[in-house]
Amino acid sequence: MKRQIPLVLVFIFGMLLAIQYFVPSEPSQRGYEFVLDWITIIGIFAMVLGIWSQVHVGWSKIKHRSENWQYSIVALVSMFAMIAFGLSPFGGLQGTIFRLIYNNVFIPIQATIFSLLAFYIASASYRAFRARSAVSTVLLVAALLLMLRVLPMGPLADPISSIGSWMLLVPNLAAKRAIAIGVGLGGVATALKIVLGIERSYLGKD
Amino acid sequence: MTFNERLLALDRRWVFLVLTIFVIIPIFVKFAVPLSPPKEVRDVYNFIEDLKPGDYILISLDYDPGSLAELHPVAMAMLEQCYAKKLKVITLTLSQTGAQMAEEAVRDVADSCLVYHGFKPVPGIDYVYLGYKPYPGLIILGMGMNFRIPFPQDYNGTTLDSIPMMRGIKNYDNIKGVISLSAGNVSDMWVADGNGRYNVKLAFAQTGVGVADYYPYYQSGQIFGIIGGMKGAAEYEYLCKNPGTATDAMRTQVFAHAVVIVFIIIGNLAFFLGRRAKARTQESK
Repeated sequence: MKRQIPLVLVFIFGMLLAIQYFVPSEPSQRGYEFVLDWITIIGIFAMVLGIWSQVHVGWSKIKHRSENWQYSIVALVSMFAMIAFGLSPFGGLQGTIFRLIYNNVFIPIQATIFSLLAFYIASASYRAFRARSAVSTVLLVAALLLMLRVLPMGPLADPISSIGSWMLLVPNLAAKRAIAIGVGLGGVATALKIVLGIERSYLGKD
Repeated sequence: MTFNERLLALDRRWVFLVLTIFVIIPIFVKFAVPLSPPKEVRDVYNFIEDLKPGDYILISLDYDPGSLAELHPVAMAMLEQCYAKKLKVITLTLSQTGAQMAEEAVRDVADSCLVYHGFKPVPGIDYVYLGYKPYPGLIILGMGMNFRIPFPQDYNGTTLDSIPMMRGIKNYDNIKGVISLSAGNVSDMWVADGNGRYNVKLAFAQTGVGVADYYPYYQSGQIFGIIGGMKGAAEYEYLCKNPGTATDAMRTQVFAHAVVIVFIIIGNLAFFLGRRAKARTQESK
C-alpha cells in the first residue's frame, strides 16, 4: 500500500493534467486551479521540511564539532534573526532593521560572490583557451571574437560585432536548439515513465 | 624552469591581481565606450516606444542581488521609459531574494520622474508592485487565468480590486506584453508557461553568462527581444538616452575583457614557444 497509493495518485493526476492541457473548458480550468492550489500547499510543507533539515544538519554539526562547525552557527543565527525581524510586529518586512540588514549585508554579499566569477573566469580563460587542437582553436577564436565585441575597435567594431551576432544566432543557436529538443524529449520520456509507474526511484528504497 | 614554463604555470593570484588593478583604473579614467545596439535590443526598446499612453505592460524583475550590477540598470532605464510614456506598469518579482530590491527600484524610479520628467507616477494609478510569490511556474500559469489567483493583494497588502489601475485587468489578455529581467531559469518558465500556454508577448533581459541560452527563442519568435549582460544594459540606456551605471560600467568591462584577451594571448605564445623549444630539443637528440 505504501508504494501503490503514491503510484496510483501519480498516474491519476499525471493523466488528468495531460488531458486538461488540451481541453480548454470551464470545469477543466477549475480543476486546474484546484491542483495549482494544492501544489502551493505541498510546497509550503516542503519549505517547513527544508527549514527543519537546515536546523538538523547545522545543529548536529555544532554538537559534534564537525569540520567548519562555526559556519553552522552563523547560518542558523542569521536564519533565525532574519525570520524574527521579518515577523516582528515592529515593521516586519518593511521594518528598518530588516531593510538595513537586507540592503547593507545581504545585497553586498550576493553581489560580491557573483563578482568573484569574473576573477575565476579570467584565470580559467588563461589556462583553458590554448590552441592545442583544431577544436580548441575554434573555441579560442570564438571566445576572442565575442570578447572583442565589447572593446572599442574603431573601424573593426562593426565587422566584429556582426561576426559575434552571427555566432550567437547561427552556430550557438543550432547547438542550443539541439540540446533543448533533446532535453525536451528526454523530459517527456521521463514524465511518461513516472506517470506509468515504470520509473519509481522517487518513492525511495523503503 | 624556463620563462615559458613559468608563464604556463603562472599562479592564478597574479591573474587576480592584474585584473583587480585594471578593474579599478576605469573608476578614475573616464572615457566613452562607443555603443551600437543590435536588433534584439532595439526590438525591446521599440516595442515599448510603440505602446500608447494607458497601455498595460508587465515588468517582472526576476533577479536577485547577485545580478544587480547587470540587470538593475535595465530595470531603471526601462521603468523610466514606461513611466515617461504614461504606460500602466505592473511589476512583480519571481526571485525570492529580490522582493525588496525590486520594490525599491520601482519606487525610486517613480520618485526620480519628478526631477527628470516633471511628474511623479502615482502608485495604484500609474504603477503597481505585486511583490513576490514562490513557485515561478505556478505564478506564471496562475496569472494567465487571473492576476488575483497568485496575487490577491499587492506588496503592501492592498487588495487588487481596490487598486484603481487593476480594475478590469484580469489576465495576460489585458496587457500588451511581459518583459522578464532574469538571471536564471525563470526565463524558461516564462517561455513554456507564459508564451507556450497563454501566447504572451515576451522579451528578456538576461545576465551575460546566461544570454546565449535564449537566442533560440528569439529566432523562433517566442520572444521578441533580448537584452544581454552589461553590454545590453548599456545599449538599452543608450537607446533611452539615459546613461546610467551600465554605461559607466562598460569602461570596467572593456578593461577586464582586454586583460583577459592579453592573458589568453600570452598563454598561447608561451604554449607555442614551449612546444617549439621541446621540438628543437628532441631534434637535437
